[in-house]
Amino acid sequence: MAAFGSGSTVSRTFAPVRNWLLMPTWLTVGIFMLLPLLLILVYSFLTKEFRGGVIWEFSLAAYDQFIFDRGLFGDAEPSIEWTYINIFLRSLVQATVATLFCLLIGFPTAYFIATRPPSTRSLWLFLITVPYWVNLLIRTVSMKFLIRESGPLNQALLGLGIIDTPLEIINTNLAVQLGLFYSYLPFMVLPIYASVERYNFSLSEAGADLYAGKWTILRRIILPSIKPGIIAGCILVFVPSLGAFLAPDLLGGAKTFMIGSLIEEQFKGNAGNWPFGSAASMILLSLVLFVLLFYARSQAREQL
Amino acid sequence: MDEINTAISIRDVKKRFGDFIAISGMSFNIRDNEFFTLLGPSGCGKTTLLRMIAGFENTSAGEIHLYGQPLENLTPNERPVNTVFQSYALFPHMNVAKNIGFGLHMLGWSKAEIQERVEQMIKTVELHEFAHRKPAQLSGGQQQRVALARAMAPKPKVLLLDEPLSALDLKLRQQMRAELKALQKTTGITFIFVTHDQEEALTMSDRIAVMSAGEVQQIGTPTEVYEQPANRFVAEFIGKTNLIEATVTEVQNDSVVCKLVTGQTINAVTAQNHSEDSSGVSPSANIIAGAQGHISLRPEQLSITEVSSSSSGLQGTLGEAMYLGTDTQFDVNLSDNVCLTVRRQNSVENSNLPEFGEVVELSVAQGAARFLAG
Repeated sequence: MAAFGSGSTVSRTFAPVRNWLLMPTWLTVGIFMLLPLLLILVYSFLTKEFRGGVIWEFSLAAYDQFIFDRGLFGDAEPSIEWTYINIFLRSLVQATVATLFCLLIGFPTAYFIATRPPSTRSLWLFLITVPYWVNLLIRTVSMKFLIRESGPLNQALLGLGIIDTPLEIINTNLAVQLGLFYSYLPFMVLPIYASVERYNFSLSEAGADLYAGKWTILRRIILPSIKPGIIAGCILVFVPSLGAFLAPDLLGGAKTFMIGSLIEEQFKGNAGNWPFGSAASMILLSLVLFVLLFYARSQAREQL
Repeated sequence: MDEINTAISIRDVKKRFGDFIAISGMSFNIRDNEFFTLLGPSGCGKTTLLRMIAGFENTSAGEIHLYGQPLENLTPNERPVNTVFQSYALFPHMNVAKNIGFGLHMLGWSKAEIQERVEQMIKTVELHEFAHRKPAQLSGGQQQRVALARAMAPKPKVLLLDEPLSALDLKLRQQMRAELKALQKTTGITFIFVTHDQEEALTMSDRIAVMSAGEVQQIGTPTEVYEQPANRFVAEFIGKTNLIEATVTEVQNDSVVCKLVTGQTINAVTAQNHSEDSSGVSPSANIIAGAQGHISLRPEQLSITEVSSSSSGLQGTLGEAMYLGTDTQFDVNLSDNVCLTVRRQNSVENSNLPEFGEVVELSVAQGAARFLAG
C-alpha cells in the first residue's frame, strides 16, 4: 500500500506516459481475464442446449439445479439437492487438507533452503522446481503408476516384508491428496522461502537474548514475521486444489469426485451442460473471492 | 576482592572462523558498574567478542566468566546479559510495550509486574505517546530507545551494546551519548559498548580496550589511551598525531633522547603499559640505545613560536594554514618530506598569525613527545 502510494506521487508528472505504458497490461487483463469471466457469468444465466452449447434465453435453471431437486421431470415439490453441495464440501475439505499437508512439509523445506549458504540456495530451488518442467498430466499419471497395486511402492513394501497384501491407495482420498500435494508443493515452498530469506535473523538472536527458547522463538517471532509468505503459499495451494480435476480424475474414484471434475464434465463432449458448468464455476469463484476478501479484511484490521 | 569487583573475566579467549583468526587470544577483566568500551576498526574482533559474551558465538579456546560463573555451557537465553543490537532487531509485529515486555514475559514475571516495569522503562526512555506504536512507525532515534528499554527491562547484570548509535545522525548521536552515560550511572548496570568511533569511546567510557587484528592493544581510561598510547596503532587510531621516525640515542631513567629522521634531537617519554596486568617494570627497561621507532606528537601539544637563538628545539617552514573555527591548523615542514600538523586555538591574544613560508620554531609541551617502538 505504502509503496503504491509513494510510487504514484513520484510519477504524477509522467501520468500520460504511464497510462500508455500500462496499455498492454490493461488489454491483457481485459481480454484474457475479465472478458472470459463475463462470458461465464452470462452463460450461467442462459438455457442449455442438449448437445452442448447454449440457447440465448435467460434462465435461472443452472443455479436451481445446483441447489434444488425437483424430481426427474421438474414438477415435483422442490427439496435441497445434496449431491452437488456434497461435492462442493468434499472439495473444500480436500483442498484444506492438501494445503495443511503442503504447509507441514513446505515450511521446513523452505526454511532449510533459505538458511543454506547463498551459493547453494539456487541449487536447492532448482531441485524443487525440476519436476515442474514435466506436464502436470504426465506427472499425475506417473503418480498413478507409482501407487497402483502392482506399482513400485507396493512391490517394494511387499519385497521388504512390511506388508502382506498390496495397499489400496489408488482411488482413495489419500491418492487424491498425494496428487494434490505433488502438484502444488512448490507453490507453498517458493513464497515461504522468499519470506524466510528476507527474515532478519538477528530477531531470533534478540529472542534468545531475551530468554526465549527455540520453540518460543519459532512461534512468537519467526512465524509472525513470515506470515505473509505462509498466507500467500496457502492461497496459491488452496485455490488451485479446490478447482483441481486432474488428480481426482486420474487418482481418485467416484467417492473422491471434486468440483473441478464436475465443471470439467459439463464442457466435455456432447453430454455437457454449459450453463450448469458456468453456474458451478461462478459459485466456486464466489467462494474463493469470499476467502480472499476475508483475508484482506483481517490484514487491513491488523495494520491499524 | 577481585572476584567481587569483576563483572566479566575474559581468560585466554581465542576465536577462529575456519582459517580466519578473529581473536588471537586475549585476557582482561571488566569491572562491576563500569562503562567499558571495545574500540577498534572493523574486523578487529570487537563484535565477535561481544557475541561470545552474549552466547551467539562459541569460544574456540579460553573461558568467559560472569561474576565468577563460567558461561561456556549456557545458551544465550540462559545468560543474564542483554544486548542492544546494531540494527535494533525490534520485533516488527509487536508494539513498543510488547517489545519491552518480551523478556519479562519469557522470564515468567506476572502480568502486573510486567506492566509496571514496562511503564517504568517507557518513562525512562521518554516514549509515553508511542507505547502502542509498531517499530516501523517510529523514527531511528525512537527505535534506538525502544531497543535500549527492551534490553534493560529484565535488569540484566551486564548490558551489551553493539554499535547502537551508528545508525543515528550526528546530532542525535551526540545527544544519545550523554543519555547513555547518564543511564549507566543511574542504573549501575555494567555496560560493554562496542564502537569504531573513537570520539564515542572517549566521551562515554570509564575504560577503553583498544583492539586491532584480534588483539587488545591497550586498556586504559580515555585520558590514558589518548595521552599515553601504548603503541603506534593506538596513537594513530585515537585522535590525530604526528609520527616521526626516530632512533634512540640515550636511555635515561624515565625518558629517552631520540634523534629524529630530520636530524634534530628530542626528549621523549616512553610508552607505559597501563593495563592492570602490567607488572612493575621500569617503563624504559626494554628500550636500549639504537632502538628504532617513532616519536608521537599530538597537534595540540605543539605550539608555534618565533625562532630564538638560544633554542635547541624543532625548526621548520610554515606551510598551509587551515581555519577550523575554534582552531587553526598549520602545516610545518621540518624537512622536504616530514611535515607536522599543528593546532592552535583561535583566541584574541594569539591573533598575530605567522606568515606562509616563514621559518618558525615548534615548542613541545612537557612530556608530550612519546617514543613508540616499532
